[in-house]
Amino acid sequence: MDYRIEVEDLNVYFDEAHILKDISINIKKNRVTSLIGPSGCGKSTFIRTLNRMNDLIDSFKMTGTILLDGGDIYDPKVDVVDLRKKVGMVFQKPNPFPKSIFDNVAYGLRIHGIKDKDFIEKRVEDSLKEAALWDEVKEKLDKSAMGLSGGQQQRLCIARTIAVEPEVILMDEPCSALDPISTTKIEDLIHKLKEDFTIIIVTHNMQQATRVSKYTAFFLNGEIVESGLTDKLFIEPEDKRTEDYITGRFG
Amino acid sequence: MNRIISPKNAQKIMKGVFWASGIVTIIILLIIIGYILIKGLPVINLEFLLENPIDSGKSGGIAPMIVSTLIITFIAVFVATPIGVGAAVFIEEYTKENILVKLIRLGSETLASIPSIVFGLFGLAFFVIYLHMGWSLFSGGIVLAFMALPTILQVSEVSIIAVPRSYAEGSLALGGSKWQTIYRVILPAAVPGITTGVILGMARAMSEAAAILFVVGSALAMPLSIFDPGRPLPLHLYVLATEGISLDNAYGTAAVLVLLILIITVVTNTVVERYSKKMMGR
Ligand SMILES: Nc1ncnc2c1ncn2[C@@H]1O[C@H](COP(=O)(O)OP(=O)(O)OP(=O)(O)O)[C@@H](O)[C@H]1O
Ligand SMILES: [Mg+2]
Repeated sequence: MDYRIEVEDLNVYFDEAHILKDISINIKKNRVTSLIGPSGCGKSTFIRTLNRMNDLIDSFKMTGTILLDGGDIYDPKVDVVDLRKKVGMVFQKPNPFPKSIFDNVAYGLRIHGIKDKDFIEKRVEDSLKEAALWDEVKEKLDKSAMGLSGGQQQRLCIARTIAVEPEVILMDEPCSALDPISTTKIEDLIHKLKEDFTIIIVTHNMQQATRVSKYTAFFLNGEIVESGLTDKLFIEPEDKRTEDYITGRFG
Repeated sequence: MNRIISPKNAQKIMKGVFWASGIVTIIILLIIIGYILIKGLPVINLEFLLENPIDSGKSGGIAPMIVSTLIITFIAVFVATPIGVGAAVFIEEYTKENILVKLIRLGSETLASIPSIVFGLFGLAFFVIYLHMGWSLFSGGIVLAFMALPTILQVSEVSIIAVPRSYAEGSLALGGSKWQTIYRVILPAAVPGITTGVILGMARAMSEAAAILFVVGSALAMPLSIFDPGRPLPLHLYVLATEGISLDNAYGTAAVLVLLILIITVVTNTVVERYSKKMMGR
């Protein structure tokens, strides 16, 4: 089986605080992997090491290796800009730019030096269609993205991310600020997207994890307690702590 | 309970006090502007605006003064804006609180508290005498740029800080470089605030007489280039009033200056508001 991401013995520190401990996990290509676990256990910190967003934090230190398609992403020769193009990210709170809907989706293409107007237009349309947003916004592409609803904004952020054709999409609680209908739309979208992308999603919603993901990893206090097929993890967990968590006995 | 004033009454009294302070501010503003406009507007006509002064300004118009003011203001804004915004970007995005940042802040605060006449003296010593540039609007514009700089820097800094961090994260996560993020996301979002700073700085520069007193010369003729001497409106006003040439024309000049600042402020605010509305989709 092909792995897109291989994490081995990852340890992360913010100053002295040991946030992630001996994390080893492999992420399969074109599958959805859920990360679950109580608040503060390090899920966000983990996915932010995958696109090197933690580099922005001065106190961040790490050991271990993270391979993307076999290449070490923390190799000094790696260009972070290229990496983030390959590993896209959708944030918890929708964060469109205060620009037009079109410019939001075109943003990634433009910063990567694409000038061809027809190409950009086509790609914007395709991305919006893929994000299931096209029909709602096709009449107002030049209007500000800030005028969209929260759910629409989040789908726009997904469109913006897929427009640059990443290989991996990281989603950090992408539905936690959304209503149930918008959440369903995003979940449908995730099902569709997994054909083309490898998706890692952080969620606090157990049902969501079972609905969208093939694999699940359970984080606790900076460690992965258990990971594997979602069905197995939720139906017959190996670890007592996993069982306690998914049955709501703590966290 | 024997409070002298009940909380409810205290609330009423304080509300009255704040309300009164607000009203007093407005009244003072109205009195000053009203007085100047009442005295000055009757003097203003097409001839006053479009012609050269006659007899040192006893009669004729103030066209060269309007042009001088526009030139030095433009130079001041043109020079101070990139420096002020650039310094603000540097402080907020490229460095942490360190000695250099403290020095820049201290420098900017000191610059803001230097009396304008001292700027004038510096302009005289540096441009006119040391650089042998003679009197010129260009030198005046540069001196005014120094005066406008602190305001532009401080307001730009605040505006940049006010841009949500999530915008920058969105850009970086798409593979944007730091500079692309600043240039394409942070600055456009900060433009409304920065513009306010530029306008404030500009208004300060525009109404300054003391700072340019020794720098621009006091020529009455129409300036033909930015290196010509000139006589901006505040300076003309000062000369007209202190040398007893014509108090009426001094009021007329003051009114033109006030209206000019008012027009620029209102027009810019309108444009900025449109921009913000479009940007935020309201
Ligand atoms: N920039 C930082 N500096 C120092 N400590 C941090 C930083 N960011 C996160 N932490 C700490 O790292 C730990 C893990 O945080 P993280 O945000 O990864 O948790 P999480 O699992 O995503 O939680 P949640 O479910 O609430 O989002 C927490 O104890 C947090 O306080
Ligand atoms: Mg989190």
